[in-house]
Amino acid sequence: MMESKDMEMPFEMDRRKFFRLFGGGLAVVFVFQDVLAFAEGTEAGLVGPVPADQVGAWIHIAEDGTINVFTGKVEVGQNIRTSLSQQVAEELHVPMSSVKMIMGDTDLVPADFGTVGSRSTPQMGTQLRKAAATARQALLEMAAGLWGVDVSSLKTDAGAVSDPQSGKKMSYGQLTKGRQILMPVSEQVAFINAADWKVAGKTMPKVNGRSFITGEHKYVSDMVLPGMLYARVLRPPAYGARLVNADLSAAKSIPGAVVLQEGNFIGVAAPTLETADKAIAAVKPNWETSKQPSGAELFDYLVRNTTNQNKEKAADGLQAIDGAEMKLDATYTVDYIAHVPLEPRAALAQWNDGKLTVWTGTQRPFGVQDHLAAEFNISKEKVRVIVPDTGSGYGGKHSAEAASEAARLARASGKPVKLVWTRKEEFTWAYFRPAGVIKVSSAFNKNGEIKAWRFDNYNSGNAGLDTQYRIARKEIAYHPSRTPLKQGSYRGLASTANVFARESHIADMARMTGMDQLVYRLKNLDDPRLKAVLEAAAKSFGWNSGKRMEGRGYGIACGFEKGGYVATCAEVAIGADRSVEIVRLTAAFECGAIVNPHHLENQILGAIVQGLGGALFERIDFEEGKILNASLSAYRVPRFKDVPGIDIVMINRVDLPSAGAGEAPIVGVAPAIRNAILEASGIGLKTLPLLPSGKLA
Amino acid sequence: MVLTINGKRREVYVSAEISLLNVLRDELGLTGTKYGCGEGACGACTVHIDGKPVHSCITSAGSSVGKAVVTIEGLEKNGVLHPVQEAFLQSDPLQCSYCASGMVMSAISLLNQNSSPSDAEIVAAMNGNICRCGTYPNIIKTIKLAANLLNNK
Repeated sequence: MMESKDMEMPFEMDRRKFFRLFGGGLAVVFVFQDVLAFAEGTEAGLVGPVPADQVGAWIHIAEDGTINVFTGKVEVGQNIRTSLSQQVAEELHVPMSSVKMIMGDTDLVPADFGTVGSRSTPQMGTQLRKAAATARQALLEMAAGLWGVDVSSLKTDAGAVSDPQSGKKMSYGQLTKGRQILMPVSEQVAFINAADWKVAGKTMPKVNGRSFITGEHKYVSDMVLPGMLYARVLRPPAYGARLVNADLSAAKSIPGAVVLQEGNFIGVAAPTLETADKAIAAVKPNWETSKQPSGAELFDYLVRNTTNQNKEKAADGLQAIDGAEMKLDATYTVDYIAHVPLEPRAALAQWNDGKLTVWTGTQRPFGVQDHLAAEFNISKEKVRVIVPDTGSGYGGKHSAEAASEAARLARASGKPVKLVWTRKEEFTWAYFRPAGVIKVSSAFNKNGEIKAWRFDNYNSGNAGLDTQYRIARKEIAYHPSRTPLKQGSYRGLASTANVFARESHIADMARMTGMDQLVYRLKNLDDPRLKAVLEAAAKSFGWNSGKRMEGRGYGIACGFEKGGYVATCAEVAIGADRSVEIVRLTAAFECGAIVNPHHLENQILGAIVQGLGGALFERIDFEEGKILNASLSAYRVPRFKDVPGIDIVMINRVDLPSAGAGEAPIVGVAPAIRNAILEASGIGLKTLPLLPSGKLA
Repeated sequence: MVLTINGKRREVYVSAEISLLNVLRDELGLTGTKYGCGEGACGACTVHIDGKPVHSCITSAGSSVGKAVVTIEGLEKNGVLHPVQEAFLQSDPLQCSYCASGMVMSAISLLNQNSSPSDAEIVAAMNGNICRCGTYPNIIKTIKLAANLLNNK
């Protein structure tokens, strides 16, 4: 009876057998599948993943009731291991404690573009909710079939299906017996409304929180394999330097050191870090340097070296602005800044029978897999990338440098190799938030009406380029440029630059018309979500509560990014010595239905504090292709002493889909502070960072 | 050389000048103590030596001989977390948590000296520890919770 029933059920027999490879330290789950059922296109024994349109690719219910959830997203501190678990638990009607997230392992999880662009909550959250809701439906149908009753009479709760009529009950594990659910993830399946959430929508602690505060969690930099070697890589003295040749003999004579040269790459691997340090120091390279730009000429350089076709048009300026009463032209500049993840880039690589396994801290495990497959000219199936919970990213860990370097040295030495970048390497050879020049011209009337807007960004990027304000005529363009330093993604991408320029300019326009910064914005905005956060921030901050104290000023700014809406208010105090103190900040944020209030607040808080650094003092200094402040004693990041009073207002729109929160809250910080300085001093700063010396000039 | 780590005698065969951080992590497998900067500027490598907080990345292994070194792994007793760890667990302040060990060790040092620190005293004592995720206000709250847990023990 059971056998024949099973034949009709959407399950595959006995597919996954889990076992732990290393025990204790490296808890790595391998999945073996029935070779007979998946004979085509697979390696012997280890079988490829279930197609991503199937429930089984995302969710597997073990016989003991463990809900294994598979996602290509990675945990870098944003706490999606917790929030995605909550969403699955909610839709599947299981306790949080039974959900186990398997994240960022290219052998086990469906392919994924990466943990970027605040996509984890809206895209992966939705996908996993669909898979969970489909799985719940399948379990109901299976129980209905077994008991010969109508599906609609059954209930699911706490990981079990029950029939209130007969009193029958079976756990999910008893129903699946650990087999995979092979049925398509339904696009039409109904979700539980956010207003009715019981597990999602609530503050839940970080699911593996204990392991971090005991030191037990293994970041990649903490991992060890038997026989593992430690690596160091030879770095050029400056950007653009070319290796002419190198004398490796002294390095090679150091006992235990493996020294590898492949073209411009020279690296060493040795049984101890101390020996690796000695060996790399013993390499005698000859470098040929070339003329490189310096920080002093950066902004001219970026404008001069645009690479796009719009360059001519950009030079035209806005034509004929009819009847506007006022006009304002300004140029804003934004320096390179560094992400400074506290865990630098790290990778542990191992070759085994032509297959490469790399544990590495990256936001893009499948991107790193592609990179390594191409670099070593092997198929993607021969490359497994695994990302344990990592010591942060902020958009700065999209690339594969450490993985590639460790893999080269592992291949050369025939042993597992771990490479952890030094802080100096991370500051120099990772990538930066792009520097940029933003030219803004506007024409407007005394009554606040904006007639025309021209906005040209050189090099920062597209994100946040458009304006949310009601403007009759606008010309907005991004002009890519030749960047002197390596640049890439950053929290909020170019929004940190574009919103700074736009919101600074708007404040100056408001000031010229004699209107309040907040009133001016509300007058020219249509988007109700943006207006709502502005009003919420202003209310909590006390924007309208009378006169400012002597020497103090208020500033406000707003923006939206990736479905998140933010408004930030700042109060600053200017001292007699022209030092600027940030007295307090208020941010109002809305990103649809809130999945985990405490962790959302942490995301907003983190973005604000990181935003303070970029607003006030963070800047990469460079000269002739050399980074001059490549250390934490020279490059200043926010510390305890730098943090003002921070007030966070979260608007929970249970009627709207949940969006990500890692990026948008950063964009208002710099312009709000800048606009507060404007009100306090009359000085409209036009550079990021605003106050590298801590004082007004 | 012979070191005393978390109350245990540990013999290691390394040169005296290498950093205590390297010995802890690579020789003894005590990887809870983190590398962050290598110059004592971030606090991720904070351990206690004879009860005082030190940056293990700029402390030589040789100079630690004959002294009592305590790392994050030495705090838990019989499965019970140190009250400061318990406070970090309860209030869930952190994001990526790479700074956690250093924060916990620095917070314990502070609370050993001052059982009820003010916000300003916490800021002054903790300023050498960087949390790049920016959770500082949460950590201040957590240290106040820890003070309560310790004072009510």
